Amino acid sequence: MSEILNMQDIVKRYSLDAEELVVLNKINLKINEGEFVSILGPSGSGKSTLMNILGCLDVPTSGKYILANNDVEDLDERELARIRNKEIGFVFQSFQLLQRLNALENVELPMIYARVSPENRRKKAMAILERVGLAEKMNNYPNQLSGGQQQRVAIARSVVTEPTILLADEPTGALDQKTGQQIMQLFKDLNAEGRTIIMITHDTNIARYSKRIVNILDGHLSEGAATNAERVYENGMEQYHS
Amino acid sequence: MLKECMKMAWSNIIHNKMRSFLTVLGVLIGVSSIIALITIVQGATGSITSQISSLGADKITIQAMGTRLKQGLSEKDLEQLSLVNNVSGVSPTVSGKTALVYKRNVKTDVSVQGKNNVYFNKELDSLARGRGVNVLDVNNKNQVAVLGSDLAKELFWGDEPIGQHLLVNGNTVTIVGVLKESSGSIMGSTNDIVIMPYTSAMKTLGVRNITNVDVYMSDANKSESIINDVTTILNSAFNYRENTFTVLNMQNIIDVIGNITGMLTLLLAGIASISLLVGGIGIMNMMLVSVTERTTEIGLRKALGAEPAQIQLQFLIESIFISLFGGLLGLIIGLLIAIVASILMKFSFTITAWTIILAVGFSAAVGIIFGLAPARKASRLNPIDALRHV
Ligand SMILES: Nc1ncnc2c1ncn2[C@@H]1O[C@H](COP(=O)(O)OP(=O)(O)OP(=O)(O)O)[C@@H](O)[C@H]1O
Ligand SMILES: [Mg+2]
Repeated sequence: MSEILNMQDIVKRYSLDAEELVVLNKINLKINEGEFVSILGPSGSGKSTLMNILGCLDVPTSGKYILANNDVEDLDERELARIRNKEIGFVFQSFQLLQRLNALENVELPMIYARVSPENRRKKAMAILERVGLAEKMNNYPNQLSGGQQQRVAIARSVVTEPTILLADEPTGALDQKTGQQIMQLFKDLNAEGRTIIMITHDTNIARYSKRIVNILDGHLSEGAATNAERVYENGMEQYHS
Repeated sequence: MLKECMKMAWSNIIHNKMRSFLTVLGVLIGVSSIIALITIVQGATGSITSQISSLGADKITIQAMGTRLKQGLSEKDLEQLSLVNNVSGVSPTVSGKTALVYKRNVKTDVSVQGKNNVYFNKELDSLARGRGVNVLDVNNKNQVAVLGSDLAKELFWGDEPIGQHLLVNGNTVTIVGVLKESSGSIMGSTNDIVIMPYTSAMKTLGVRNITNVDVYMSDANKSESIINDVTTILNSAFNYRENTFTVLNMQNIIDVIGNITGMLTLLLAGIASISLLVGGIGIMNMMLVSVTERTTEIGLRKALGAEPAQIQLQFLIESIFISLFGGLLGLIIGLLIAIVASILMKFSFTITAWTIILAVGFSAAVGIIFGLAPARKASRLNPIDALRHV
């Protein structure tokens, strides 16, 4: 399987007043195409910071980050925007849908920046919304959708450009347990279709849906118990309920 | 991309109707006051200058008070004036008031003017019927007269005046022509005057001196050299004494008025521009608020792959929309104000392409200038901070 991202000795440091805060300390991470990786860690461990760097929203203080054969260090603002558009699909804890656009238009948004023609945009957005089970709700505005439905729209938006990786930061954080399960099932299905997924969570039960768990603690990464994860992944539902 | 940006900008403008309306109002007031002021000043200037040029932009008017010894111009002086380069003719005017008698009708205090053939050659279309004064009339001091239209009506009640005889100050005068009705100008109308050959008028009125002369130019561009030559002749005629004559060029007056109103236009437009400036600040204010309000949206768009330039374009288009909208409405309202003013002040109203270009150009420029800073601010937002901003 081909490697799609590679982090070498990634350090992220913030200097607050006189103090220096090392949030990510020499992170090494390789992810291959088709993986479903959970990055698991407690609050404040640096998960979001890592995700921002993975998603090219932020740049590391030092270290090398190769994403889809691009050395991120070499890229300027505009090229970073292009990379985000082409290689990455974001799913946020708080959905981040534009309230003024309906479901269909929200899903079309990243394709505008990818310069897809209006007809193709509509076609693709409709197809993907159907795929996430929202064929009936395409013209609903976010405030006319449940939390779970909103997150489905957000997921549809994140995959509609067929990015190399889908980056999700606590995607079930704002949802109840049952809806959370449905969202995780959707991720599982998307992964089964070949989509690479990196999910950030502090919830072990949610992490178990993935094939691989990477633990993060105080800015350090360590591979988790993959075998266990695999097993739980097979019967995720029962585990989640217990 | 541009189309999408326009759609987004439009949706945002529509979404904040009240705020957008107030911002548009700011630009509208600025643009409409500029348009109204410029159009009104130009219209008024146009009507003043056209009145003045109707008095003859192609002639130089001489007023010669003369000296105590020589109270006016002589025939010889006139002849010399007519020989100046680029002068096509010289027309003296003598005037006075006297009584007219036709049959039983007596009119007192009628203005009688003495003119020559040159005048009627130049002002050919001033005649309604009959003929004007000709060379023979002047040379032979013929007792003939041309009547103003009102005077002809009053004395003859619809009868044909031509060929009839009048008593002008006791002398029998034959009517040879009638003037057209003139609309009148700032110099008065010719509707109730009698025009005679100046030679016979001088005799009839007892006027001994010619003090008013119009010098017709064949080339108005040469007015300066003509005025020079005329001045030389007049100086020698009056022994180089000061304050013996004035030489007036209509074109000079028109130019001076043009200068004054040009400055007035600039001044008024400058004052009106201040309100446009305030409108621009309104746009900037609204856009800055809009950027702050939509920080999360901007962060999200950036995460989804919007380039800084695309974000900037979106916000810039929004401010240009607002200001263009204000500009177009301002143009319409400004022109309406100008139309009303033109009716009230009775001057002809003209819309020049410049007015429209000015309104559209100015408002677009305001949109760009005052929208740029907020748009740049939006494009430079850090997506992480922007997304965290909830
Ligand atoms: N811009 C910043 N400046 C200074 N410190 C920061 C900044 N961003 C994050 N940090 C610090 O980095 C640490 C890790 O933050 P991060 O948001 O990555 O945690 P997290 O693992 O995502 O936590 P949570 O599960 O609560 O979201 C925290 O201690 C935080 O205070
Ligand atoms: Mg976090």
